[in-house]
Amino acid sequence: MAVADAQALLPALLLADADPAADAAFLARLAEWCRRWTPYPAVDGSDGLLLDITGCAHLYGGEQALLDEARARLGALGLSSRGAIADTPGAAWALAHYGSKAATLVPPGGARAALLPLDISALRLLPEDAQLLARLGLTRVEEVAALPRAALARRFGDRVARRLDEAFGAAPEPINPLRWRPAHRSRLAFAEPIGAPEDIARAVRRLIEDLCRHLECAGVGVRRLVLAAYCCDGEAPQIAVGTARPARDPRHLAKLFEEKLAAIDPGLGIDEMTLDATIVEPFAARQAELRIDPPSRAAESREGAAVVAMPLRRASSNARKGGDAEDLARLPWVPKPPKRAEPASPAPPIDDGLAAFIDRLAARLGPENVFRLAPVESHVPERAQQTLPIFAPFKRSWTSSAPRPVRLVAMPEAVEAVAPVPDDPPLFFVWRRVRRRVVRADGPERVASEWWHESAPPRDYYRVEDEEGRRYWLFRAGLYEPGLAPRWYLHGVFA
Amino acid sequence: MTAPEKSALEALRHRIRAFETGGGAVRPVFRPGLGAIDRALPGGGLARGAVHEILGAGGDEEDGALPAAFAALVLRRLEGVVFWCTGAADLGAAGLAAFGLGPERLVIARTRRDEDALWAAEEGLRAEGVVAVVAEVSALPDVAGRRLQLAAEAAGRPLFAIRRWREASRAARERERPSAAATRWRVAALPSLPPPGEPGVGCPRWRVDLVRCRGGHPGSWILEFDDAAHPRAFPADAADGPAVASPGRARA
Repeated sequence: MAVADAQALLPALLLADADPAADAAFLARLAEWCRRWTPYPAVDGSDGLLLDITGCAHLYGGEQALLDEARARLGALGLSSRGAIADTPGAAWALAHYGSKAATLVPPGGARAALLPLDISALRLLPEDAQLLARLGLTRVEEVAALPRAALARRFGDRVARRLDEAFGAAPEPINPLRWRPAHRSRLAFAEPIGAPEDIARAVRRLIEDLCRHLECAGVGVRRLVLAAYCCDGEAPQIAVGTARPARDPRHLAKLFEEKLAAIDPGLGIDEMTLDATIVEPFAARQAELRIDPPSRAAESREGAAVVAMPLRRASSNARKGGDAEDLARLPWVPKPPKRAEPASPAPPIDDGLAAFIDRLAARLGPENVFRLAPVESHVPERAQQTLPIFAPFKRSWTSSAPRPVRLVAMPEAVEAVAPVPDDPPLFFVWRRVRRRVVRADGPERVASEWWHESAPPRDYYRVEDEEGRRYWLFRAGLYEPGLAPRWYLHGVFA
Repeated sequence: MTAPEKSALEALRHRIRAFETGGGAVRPVFRPGLGAIDRALPGGGLARGAVHEILGAGGDEEDGALPAAFAALVLRRLEGVVFWCTGAADLGAAGLAAFGLGPERLVIARTRRDEDALWAAEEGLRAEGVVAVVAEVSALPDVAGRRLQLAAEAAGRPLFAIRRWREASRAARERERPSAAATRWRVAALPSLPPPGEPGVGCPRWRVDLVRCRGGHPGSWILEFDDAAHPRAFPADAADGPAVASPGRARA
């Protein structure tokens, strides 16, 4: 429609020049904003987004809920949208553009059935191919799909057949997602490839100093750093280090890398290095304690790739307000600080010097190997103490008055024991091939599994002393049953 | 020994002590609070900036239960974070807490190899905010031992090296080897002495041998606990109760 015609129909019509560059930039920012649902958003053409939501949907209550949420949030931004979730990018694209409903959810394996009644434009064909098919009287997908493959190939090469296969899931179609842009990055390119360890160390120091200046300007500290070295031979080894608290002291960060730089094999030489701060947190606000979350459970995913395609039309811009609009304005995305738990007890005596030391330990030994032991209210010995990350809050102290051993073996070790009467402590036991005679014993202390845990047989614990005065913690698993030899285990050694 | 000889000996001792402490004055010590044992130590306590070895005896050389408890007992008087590196990670925190080392003071590192433990211990000595280090190692090579000693001296923090060995033959070899440590302790369990007529296990009794002590004399004590925070120590020679065969009282 020409502008003059349109103005004749609606004199109050607002006019704006098309600005494809700005639209593309907006779409890219919107794709970045979609990282709330998936790590792999991609821009599709000039008006669409493709999200690879494989393994993500359950976090939002299922695929239907994810689709509804996405459309609702886009609506709050003042954007009208159509969306579809399907097994393949092609099917999702087709249903989002040509489906009968604004939001379509295709069940797994249903892509073919959902596509057949659609117009052939849904196959993303080249314009001339689509025209030719139309001239031949083929207007719907099912008509094209019913044609013999050989005839299609003779006329169109593999172009049409490939689009069909991609849409039906018979051929793979990769999505090209936006690359993750770290919040802070420093980069160093070399005129000549470097390879000597001292050169690498010096380059890393410069990268760190550079990055720390950025961090200081932004008022943040880094929790995780990734160093990448791009080698001439195409290798790109990476080293990641983490800190227990936000840090931006170049000397401390350099120390964390010192231990690991040897792992970089420069090969024929390194021509570029980058250092990314992948997790940053506010630095000025001192945190009383930090919680390191346990690794998340494996994501449930449905078979094959689940994809959302979403063509967008931009509505009047004055509708863009509210929380999401503010979110969008703040792109690129900067992680928010984690919610802090209320301190449950006086904070453990940990200061900055110690935090730096903990980071060095974790860098060399692995973070899971640096911990504290915290009491847990449980009578079951292996549950009564819990390993905690260093900066986790401390809850309470032990309440049990019964003596507990100084050494607890990780898994109770089976011992051969001879006990006279059902409830008596053993007379002898053989542990690690040494036979020990029991001279004195305390017990039994019966420990039953908590009812909300799986039902393990109750245990009768005995504290026994051998002839040399050494004390052991033994237990008999299960109640006495006639005709069944009781099983004895050693669980710890007393001082 | 005549008077001049005596004074000459004293002068020599004084000079040797000066060598050992780098010419400095009195080495700072802390009192472990073990009565008779405190009094027998040079300077009235354990040197702060020094390596102290603790050995078990018999089967406990592998388990390391008594050495761990002894370290906890000694450290109960120091305030602040104790860094403990252990290969087996089999510490019973409730048991240690009973000997005065609460879990809130413990930072633990699991070290798979001795080299890692020695490295971590050295880092721990240098770290601000750590008051003492406990390292469980099987091998303590001379060079590593001297490094740790220097690090401990520089930082003024004690390192307790709990020696644990898997095999008896290795234990026999390593047990007698000299090391750079300022003291070497051996802690062994003794049969408890519950009051007559009372069944069950009595309070713990330990035999504590100071096998070697730089600038001091070795000694042996019996340590009795009525309650874990207040042990009583008296010389092993004067111990009443059944005579206990000492496993070859070694002197350094």
